[in-house]
Amino acid sequence: MEYFIQQLVNGITLGSIYGLIAIGYTMVYGIIGMINFAHGDIFMIGAFVALISFIIFGLTGVALPIILLLVLLIAMLFTACYGWTVEKLAYKPLRGSFRLAPLISALGMSIVLQNYVQVAQGARVKPMQPLISGGLEFFKNSEFIVTVSYLQIFIVILTIILMGIFTYLITKTDLGRAQRACEQDRTMTALLGINVDRTISITFIIGSSLASVAGMMFVLYYGVIDFYIGFLAGIKAFTAAVLGGIGSLPGAMLGGLLIGLIETMWSGYVSIEYKDVAAFSVLIIVLIFFPTGFLGKPDIEKV
Amino acid sequence: MSNLLSVENLTMKFGGLTAIDDLSFDAKNNQITSIIGPNGAGKTTVFNCLTGFYKPTNGQMFLHKEESKISLRKYTDFKIAYVAKVARTFQNIRLFPAMSVLENLLVAQHNKLMVASGYSLYGLLNLKTYRDKEQLAVDKAKYWLDIIGLTHRADDNAGDLPYGDQRKLEIVRAMCIEPRLLCLDEPAAGLNPRESAELNKLLKFIKTEKQTGILLIEHDMSVVMGISDHVVVLNYGKKIFEGTADQTKNSKEVIEAYLGVDE
Amino acid sequence: MEKKDIIQSFKDSLFTGFIALALFGPIVGLRTASKGEGLFITPQWGVVFLLVGLCILGRFLINLNSARTTEFTIFSKLASKFSAITEDKAKHFAITAILFAVVFPFLPFTDRYFMDVAIMILTYIMLGWGLNIVVGLAGLLDLGYVAFYAVGAYSYALIATTFGWSFWICLPLAGLFAAFFGILLGFPVLRLRGDYLAIVTLGFGEIIRIILINWYEVTNGPDGITGIPRPSFFGLPFKRSPDEGETSFHLFFNLEYSTMHRIIFLYYLILVLALITNYFTLKIRKLPVGRAWEALREDEIACKSLGVNPTNTKLTAFAIGAMFGGFAGSFFATRQAFISPESFTFIESAIIVAIVVLGGMGSQTGVVLASIFLIGITEMFRDLEQYRMIAFGGAMVLIMVFKPKGILANRKPTILMHGDKK
Ligand SMILES: Nc1ncnc2c1ncn2[C@@H]1O[C@H](COP(=O)(O)OP(=O)(O)OP(=O)(O)O)[C@@H](O)[C@H]1O
Ligand SMILES: [Mg+2]
Repeated sequence: MEYFIQQLVNGITLGSIYGLIAIGYTMVYGIIGMINFAHGDIFMIGAFVALISFIIFGLTGVALPIILLLVLLIAMLFTACYGWTVEKLAYKPLRGSFRLAPLISALGMSIVLQNYVQVAQGARVKPMQPLISGGLEFFKNSEFIVTVSYLQIFIVILTIILMGIFTYLITKTDLGRAQRACEQDRTMTALLGINVDRTISITFIIGSSLASVAGMMFVLYYGVIDFYIGFLAGIKAFTAAVLGGIGSLPGAMLGGLLIGLIETMWSGYVSIEYKDVAAFSVLIIVLIFFPTGFLGKPDIEKV
Repeated sequence: MSNLLSVENLTMKFGGLTAIDDLSFDAKNNQITSIIGPNGAGKTTVFNCLTGFYKPTNGQMFLHKEESKISLRKYTDFKIAYVAKVARTFQNIRLFPAMSVLENLLVAQHNKLMVASGYSLYGLLNLKTYRDKEQLAVDKAKYWLDIIGLTHRADDNAGDLPYGDQRKLEIVRAMCIEPRLLCLDEPAAGLNPRESAELNKLLKFIKTEKQTGILLIEHDMSVVMGISDHVVVLNYGKKIFEGTADQTKNSKEVIEAYLGVDE
Repeated sequence: MEKKDIIQSFKDSLFTGFIALALFGPIVGLRTASKGEGLFITPQWGVVFLLVGLCILGRFLINLNSARTTEFTIFSKLASKFSAITEDKAKHFAITAILFAVVFPFLPFTDRYFMDVAIMILTYIMLGWGLNIVVGLAGLLDLGYVAFYAVGAYSYALIATTFGWSFWICLPLAGLFAAFFGILLGFPVLRLRGDYLAIVTLGFGEIIRIILINWYEVTNGPDGITGIPRPSFFGLPFKRSPDEGETSFHLFFNLEYSTMHRIIFLYYLILVLALITNYFTLKIRKLPVGRAWEALREDEIACKSLGVNPTNTKLTAFAIGAMFGGFAGSFFATRQAFISPESFTFIESAIIVAIVVLGGMGSQTGVVLASIFLIGITEMFRDLEQYRMIAFGGAMVLIMVFKPKGILANRKPTILMHGDKK
């Protein structure tokens, strides 16, 4: 039981990270109907920017909360630039091209980003000393003590705050309305005088910033990153987006939590070697049996 | 004339929207039955139900064959064309644009050619039995191309044809599966008067020379009135009128549906 | 050009530079390196300024060329001219290329290194041709093709090491195994939409690799399988000193022993395998299945309305593609005599997809050109491995942007009514 609770806590933490990445997939899919293959690598870049800023600020001796806030903002800013540029270079010229073109372009972009970071930052894994240590302990008198670290609390709370801001943006502002209009019918939206290009750009910017926050959390949580982390995390987050129903924002978060839980439970109870197989199998099963996911809209092909 | 198709109490709902509401009608062999109605009346949806792209919420569709009848509900997507022999065209032309005109017509004879090629085995061995059958398929394609006057463009890409020719090609491509029922979704849309007249001729030819019943969705009244044997009028998914072309022309309900009623 | 325009494009270039600074600043400019305990930063501002400068300059030049489309048109004009030439001379080109491939081992400058590279290129050509059936003809984006390559290699290795059967028995078995896996995977997933299919096949590729790493009892885990039998020349092994009662290749033909014999044999082996793949593809493209593949790629809904069974049709493409992947895998296993999961990563799949896409979807000649270009030329810059991959991914993006149908995209009809007019 205690062990289960521990896995639950770990799963929710991991799920928050996946959920934040999944939002990027779901938003882009909603608005331009493509799988942004390079999104996992955007997350990886976010993690690197965060790592670099942590090192720099670590030398200045500023108080921890301020460091966290600064790194958060810096990571979001710089990573957003990457998301924006990728869209402009690799996807925008392909709107209206044949259907596999954007996917292949995204795949190429993903290869570029991975190897670019490998060249620029080296292929070795990058370890970082833990910044936030300690935690709360529960069930002290049982044989298995459940630990909820401050870091885990930080990750979950930050996720909740961001989700709040984000939900407000999408449901209550003009930007959100423009975005939803673009999802429905891009041509019509343009005819109504809404700048579709800008709306799409902003979608990429938001998605990338959220991914960079996930990247920062990843650095803090695992304490080690390399140029390849985007691949697996990207696939898992994509699975989360599909599981929740691609195109649905709450679905992405829900899917993220589920994937996080499945992964930790699987490593905890079944086998740690095959934990990635679990994620991939879930992906395949979900796509085959529930292609619309939990919160997605049914998708009847109009002929 | 004998019944070819009977639609009984067909209903199709999309969430809260009832696109077809308890629709029943018959179509007869060797006749052209037109389905008309204002935009959004549910005409294309009827075709999608008939040809297995949608699964109707309710109701039955039967295709009669001599004494027996087969239920179209039982077949999904490709089996409608393969087993039940119901062919269709689309409101937005769906050719294989990067393939040649001839290839388009050969894909329509795919199932027969598959068997002829011994599921590719004879074909790979280049046996004569396959080559002969392939030649027959090409001859059939040529037969139809001669009729629509496109033989000289057989080797060009279908996507490079002018719009009107693409429409005609799509119709004869559907004819290549040797259908018992041919469903045409707005074949005259975007055609000029001369092309429209040619289309009329083609449809009449199919009706009289081939043992094929035609179900026609059309907005162009010159086509509808010129060639329909029977007209079914839909509005908001409901059948509001049924009769001959002349009866339809003079029906008060139909005029009201199209022009609205003065309050 | 007016002054206003110049100022405008100058501003625009500065903006580009600003973005470039934001992009390259942290990632390139602040290189992390571990020293002793933790990580330290080594600034590299020189490189950043160089990159930013290049971006500004590049942007400015593009703007100066006023109409943004010029460089596009020049590029695509060149490409279409190129494809027109190759199209005209397709037959000559093919014959010359095959002749060249046949005499290649005996050309004066051909040494061991060239032979190794040539074998590698031919392996990729074969894989490209195999995948071309799936991606180019049937339009199914398979990002897990390496899985079938792996299945072929491992089944070859396991059968050969366990039963000691000869190459010519193991090869078809390995191909069949791979095809079987293709059907196993394809059956449930081929209903999926194109992009979902891509992700699922990617996942499948990874699953196979993880299983290969962890299933020690059978695959020997990350250590891989060693001692895979080398192929023999119709029963004559390539050994310096053959076992008791055996004759080896050089003794039989009365030659001086040389390791090159085996290499040359392997070269011809893969050449023949690749040509078989090519011949088969060219043939089957003209059969009803082949036409149905292309029709499905063009419009699946129209196919259904004509009674073409989409699932079965895609399944055959998938299985046949997998089979050729399996053959290539067997060859890989016997050539290396050692295989491990490391050789079957996602990036291999990506490379093969890139070859097909860059060459021009469905174009057999395109696959050859793309393989030579991507594998051969970049092989010379082996030390610049990572730059090579950047160029590689960049090329994928560029080709999609400028010539989405690939370099050689002129499709020829599979059958003509009026014969060749030329
Ligand atoms: N897949 C679908 N999902 C939801 N609603 C649909 C779907 N297909 C059709 N509809 C709705 O059903 C109604 C009937 O549509 P249908 O396409 O059958 O009209 P139609 O009579 O063919 O009109 P038109 O003359 O414009 O072609 C419309 O309100 C349409 O929006
Ligand atoms: Mg319609």
